[in-house]
Amino acid sequence: MRSKLTIRLITLLFFLLPFLSMAGGEKGTETDIKSEIKAYIQHHLEDTYDFGLWSYTTDEGVHEYIGFPLPVILWDNGLQVFSSSKFHHGESVAQAGDANYKLDHGKIYKTDAEGTITYDETHHATNVKPLDFSITKNVFTIMIVSLLLFFVFSRMAKTYKTNSIPSGIGRILEPIVLYVRDDIAIPNIGKKHYKRYMSYLLTVFFFVWTINLLGLTPLGINVTNNIAVTFCLAMLTYLITTFTAKKDYWMHIFWMPGVPKLMRLVLAPIELLGTFIKPFSLMIRLYANITAGHIVLMSLIGLMFIFKSWLGSSLSFVLAFGLGILELLVAALQAYIFTMLSALYFGSAVEEHDHDHAH
Amino acid sequence: MEIPSIVGAGLIVIGAGMGIGRIGGSAMDAIARQPEASGKIQTAMLIAAALIEGIGFAALFAA
Repeated sequence: MRSKLTIRLITLLFFLLPFLSMAGGEKGTETDIKSEIKAYIQHHLEDTYDFGLWSYTTDEGVHEYIGFPLPVILWDNGLQVFSSSKFHHGESVAQAGDANYKLDHGKIYKTDAEGTITYDETHHATNVKPLDFSITKNVFTIMIVSLLLFFVFSRMAKTYKTNSIPSGIGRILEPIVLYVRDDIAIPNIGKKHYKRYMSYLLTVFFFVWTINLLGLTPLGINVTNNIAVTFCLAMLTYLITTFTAKKDYWMHIFWMPGVPKLMRLVLAPIELLGTFIKPFSLMIRLYANITAGHIVLMSLIGLMFIFKSWLGSSLSFVLAFGLGILELLVAALQAYIFTMLSALYFGSAVEEHDHDHAH
Repeated sequence: MEIPSIVGAGLIVIGAGMGIGRIGGSAMDAIARQPEASGKIQTAMLIAAALIEGIGFAALFAA
């Protein structure tokens, strides 16, 4: 155990960190800092075709990137596979076979040899876009995270064969798994049917939590920032609810007992819309919470560079630090809420109650 | 006359803040009455807060 003096010294040094944020504010005084920050934030929220860790501009004005390119897989009357390094970060036209492709605002378009892209009035490109199945940064991260979760949990499951007390990583994960079972699954789904849904609930919980936490690292991984990813998660919940629902569930939507018959006709479309809106809100909630948190965090860090003064920069740093701690809580909370609401929807799909009394 | 969308965003924040504030307040009253039920009350409070925030964010994107 360290001595008290050491702990106090380390804490003091830690709180002096904000004053380092004054440094490095001289470069880029000619360009407009605010638009540069906006472009930076925009770039961070997008999905890129290579796994770029960071980039910097050397003194000669050359951009250097640290990272590795990912394969681009397109379906354009035939399969085209090439490495995304051919794009040179959006500067050159990639040639594969006899077709040319160019990156514009993060999307691949088919162009001619010079790379002309025609724009319409709303400044959207009107070139043809091939079907895109590439392994982008988000896809790559999802694959890595699923492999990681698979290996961690299968190792944990193996230790249960010999003794019932877990060892190793199971010691941390077992209380969490039991929490998901006892406090999320059983109260919402009921003791009779919860086992069928446990694998999905556990997967979604740990997956969303891990991905949210990874989004807070400086690697710039933003999987749940992508509305397509949260859309797929919400759609899985919707599909599971629809396909494992019992007769009572459909009765309650279309032909509710205990309600006068004319009212049932009026309420049925609303209830049907409700079944779509509930997973939709799941999607929006996860996406918006994480994206808004990232935008605010990056804006606060950018604020540090705008102020360039002794007091403003250090205060922004402290604020950004505090917000980062809050983001940790939000990561876990959003995973929990997603899982809890999914369990609630599954519970309403399989619950069976007696209809002796009018509802 | 166009109402700027930032006014809409402000109204949304007021609404969400008031809603979650009321839930937090009644949750605290309930915990003060029955400290042993604080776990369940906390859980219910978080669920209600997340639902309200969901609407808030969805509306914030529209504004």
